[in-house]
Amino acid sequence: MNEPRDLLTVENLNAWFGQTQALKAISLSVKPNTVTALIGPSGCGKSTFVRCLNRLHEEVPGATAKGNVVLEGMDIYGPGVDPVMIRRKIGMVFQKANPFPALSIFDNVAAGLRLAGVRRRTILKEIVERSLMHAALWDEVKDKLSHPGTSLSGGQQQRLCIARALAVQPPVLLMDEPTSALDPISTAKIEELITELKKETTIVIVTHNLQQAARISDKTAFFLMGEVVEFGETSVLFTVPKEKRTERYITGKFG
Amino acid sequence: MTTSSNLNSLLSSGFRKRKLINIFFIFCIGLAAGVALLALFYVFGYVLSQGFPSLNWAFFTQIPRPVGETGGGMGNALAGTAILILLSTGVGVPWGIFTGVYLSEYGRGKLGRLVRFSTDLLTSVPSIIMGLFVYVLLVIPMRRFSAIAGALALAFIMVPIVARTTEELLRLVPVHIREAGLALGLPRWKVILWIVLRGSLGGITTGIMLAVARVAGETAPLLFTALGNNYWHQSLDQPISSLPVQIYNYAISPFEDLHRQAWAGALVLILFVFAINITTRLVLRPAPTAGRD
Repeated sequence: MNEPRDLLTVENLNAWFGQTQALKAISLSVKPNTVTALIGPSGCGKSTFVRCLNRLHEEVPGATAKGNVVLEGMDIYGPGVDPVMIRRKIGMVFQKANPFPALSIFDNVAAGLRLAGVRRRTILKEIVERSLMHAALWDEVKDKLSHPGTSLSGGQQQRLCIARALAVQPPVLLMDEPTSALDPISTAKIEELITELKKETTIVIVTHNLQQAARISDKTAFFLMGEVVEFGETSVLFTVPKEKRTERYITGKFG
Repeated sequence: MTTSSNLNSLLSSGFRKRKLINIFFIFCIGLAAGVALLALFYVFGYVLSQGFPSLNWAFFTQIPRPVGETGGGMGNALAGTAILILLSTGVGVPWGIFTGVYLSEYGRGKLGRLVRFSTDLLTSVPSIIMGLFVYVLLVIPMRRFSAIAGALALAFIMVPIVARTTEELLRLVPVHIREAGLALGLPRWKVILWIVLRGSLGGITTGIMLAVARVAGETAPLLFTALGNNYWHQSLDQPISSLPVQIYNYAISPFEDLHRQAWAGALVLILFVFAINITTRLVLRPAPTAGRD
């Protein structure tokens, strides 16, 4: 059986906030159509890491990053690479649902396409509908597409943000604690959705919820103080961790 | 126990005094608010009683008659004010919005602080100085008073107001909204223009309308820029009449008929400014954030 090639490879990635180093020589790789979970205590660098993958990290004043992140053969930190092009390929869903204010549900999902120059109404309609279906939100909003995005409930808003990210069909989707502000039912919906979305795209998800990581991910990376302590198959990492520190964390002895 | 009972008597003796002081200050505050309100209603009522009898169709449609003849109206001044407002809004609003976007999105470091400080200073520059400035800038080189010069003076007054309103509203848009836009692969300027600015459009419109209301009544900057005339508007490089300047000219004239027209003009001006203020507050009241958690 042929192992698929890596879709995303990170080598020796370092990141700083001013003088403070937030990530130290991170290396890991992601196979296509998988879910990779990043776990670890607060402040360990998980969020910084995903924000380096779409070069959003450098938008924070004083923040810098250095290393190799190769997506489909292209180093996104290579010379002359435009972060805007990278972000078309690597979508992101944030901790707090952040639909664009004053835009309707339809316009929220269409925003990425429209502002990238897609004007044809029929194409927009088709992609918006498909994205909302993929985000498991279509049935709930199909009769009120012109309502403001902010009129939805918290869980619906988060699925709207997922639909918005999916609309530009990114090969990779980053999720930064997408369910930490949601109730258990909305969380379950989004977890179910993630397993479904794996067929379309490749997901890297930051989570504080260890059960969630165990339920939905194929591989897990355990971050601690800006380093990856352990990275491997989720089933292995949660049952027979190689590292003492991983074991102590997943059994709740610290962090 | 002695200390605690001492404390209790101490507290209760202080209590009466505190209550009295409280009542006294609430009375003072209420009085101040009442006087302020009374002043507003007195001004409005007085202008209404003086101006209303002179309001008629001719006032809106005719131009001033030669001195000594009665009748005529302020139609040219109304049209002039409308033209001046349109022109100054066309210049001042985009300029102010761009400045506000710069201050909010890019204005970091020394240059940003300098621009912000200058904008604040500009807000407090007396409006007659703006008129003098435009007089030197445009009127002298062009060798004539003009609508353009008047509009530019008004635009200079609008810029800092619109700029600071825009900046403050854009700052209210959380960073994570901007990041969501960037994460979609949109260039920064598109995120600012189509997501951040668009989301604040209601508030910015309020700021613009209040700036319009502010310049609609400005007299000083128009005295030696737009000057005024007694005819219908000729062309933009010619002097143009405006309501406030016309009121001023009529009010200092010795003719009773012109005084009556000045009151009518004052009434129209005050109603216009009220109308803008009230409609922006009613129509563009910031929508309650529709989150339902």
